[in-house]
Amino acid sequence: MSQARTQPQDDPAKVAAFEARIAAGESIEPKDWMPERYRRQLIRMMSQHAHSEIVGMLPEGNWITRAPSLRRKISLIAKVQDEAGHGLYIYCGTETLGVDRAELVQQLLDGTAKYSSIFNYPTLSWADMGVIGWFVDGAAIVNQTVLAKASYGPYARAMIRICKEENFHKRQGYEIVAVLANGTPAQKAMIQDAVNRWWWPSLMMFGPSDADSPNTAELIRWKVKRRTNDELRQRFVNLTVPQAAAVNLTLPDPELRYDADTENWHFGPIDWDEFNQVIRGNGPCNRERLEARRRAHDEGAWVREAASAYAAKQRAKQASEAA
Amino acid sequence: MSDRPDATTPVGEQAAAIAPDGQWPVWEVFTQSAQGAPHEHAGSLHATDAEHALQNARDVYARRGEVISLWVVPSAAITASSPGDAGPFFDPGADKAYRHPQFYKVPRGVRGL
Repeated sequence: MSQARTQPQDDPAKVAAFEARIAAGESIEPKDWMPERYRRQLIRMMSQHAHSEIVGMLPEGNWITRAPSLRRKISLIAKVQDEAGHGLYIYCGTETLGVDRAELVQQLLDGTAKYSSIFNYPTLSWADMGVIGWFVDGAAIVNQTVLAKASYGPYARAMIRICKEENFHKRQGYEIVAVLANGTPAQKAMIQDAVNRWWWPSLMMFGPSDADSPNTAELIRWKVKRRTNDELRQRFVNLTVPQAAAVNLTLPDPELRYDADTENWHFGPIDWDEFNQVIRGNGPCNRERLEARRRAHDEGAWVREAASAYAAKQRAKQASEAA
Repeated sequence: MSDRPDATTPVGEQAAAIAPDGQWPVWEVFTQSAQGAPHEHAGSLHATDAEHALQNARDVYARRGEVISLWVVPSAAITASSPGDAGPFFDPGADKAYRHPQFYKVPRGVRGL
C-alpha cells in the first residue's frame, strides 16, 4: 500500500475536478472518472469487507446445530444467511469497479486476501453467539453507519441495505446475552467468560490506531472514510459500556472509567502485537477458517455445475422448440 | 442506471453464455417495495438465465417480505448516458425556467393556482 499517491496516468486537472466534486459532497458513480488510487483503495476496502461477511458465517455456522431452542436456531440461521447476502451486496459493488468476482473469491480461497481479524477467534460456547451479535455486529454497525455516507455510490448503497438488516443481528445477540446474564450462576459465568474473551478482539476490529494508519488521511479526504479508526472505536466503547452495565456484566479492562471532560469512556491500551499476529495469519483459527471456506466452496461445486447444466438444457429445449 | 462500467457484449449473447471459468452473466435487480411504488435498482447478481436470476434475486434482495415485485435485467441490456457528456447531453433542459411554475407571476391574493 505504499504506492505513489496518484498514478502517473492521472491528469492533475482531472484529480482536482474529482476532489472538488468530493468536497462538494457529490457521490461518485461507477462510470465517473476517478483517480486510479481511489479505485484501488476502494477495491481493497470493499473486497476485504465482502470477504469478512463470508468468513463471518463460519464461527456462527458452527453453533446452528447446537442452538438451545428452535427460536434461537431460526434466528441464527437467518443471521448467517444475511451475512452471505451482505457478502454478495459488497462483491457486486466491487464488480462495478471493474474487478472480476471470481478473482476475488479465488484470492480468499488462496489465503492471499485479508478479512476482519475477529473471525479468527474460536466460538467456544453458546454464549459466544450472544456476544458476537452484541459486540461484533455492534462494532460493524458503528463502522457501516459511517460507510453508508461514503463517497462511492455503490458502496454507500450496499451499506444502507446492510445496516437496516444488521440491527436485528445486534438485538438477537443482546437478547441472548441478557437471558444468560439473568440466568443460573453457571449461565452467568458462561456469558461473562464470553464477554471477557471477545471484548479486546472486538475493539481491534476498528483497525490500527490512527497513528499507525497511513491510509486514513487520504481516505478521509476522499470521503471513503468519514471517521478515523480511533473515533469509531471510541463511539463503540461509549455505546457498549452502559449496555454491559444494564445486564450486570463487567468489561475486562481495569482502566475503564468515564471522563467527564471529554464525555468519553477511557479504555486501556490495546495489544497490537496480538492484532498483528492475527492479521498475519497466526490467529487461533486462521487456518481452520480457510479450510472450512475451501471445503464449502468445493462441496458446492456440484450445485453450480447442476445450475449451469440445467440452464444449458433449457436453452437447447427452447432452441429446438423454436426450430 | 447500470452500475456496470463497460457493457458492450450483445444482450442475447451475454445472457446465454456461461464463461468457461463458471462465471455466470450479471443481472441487475430492481425491486418494488409497495403497491404503486416504482421499481428501484437494488444491486446485481450472477445467474445462468432469467428464471435463475429471479430466484437468486428473491434470496439476496427480498429476504424480509419488503419486496412485492422483482425485475431482473441482463446488465448488458442497459444503455446508460455517459457521465463525460452529461453537461451537453442534459443542457437542453437546464435553461428552461419557463417549464417551472415559479416562472409565472400571479396577482397577489389569488388562490388555487
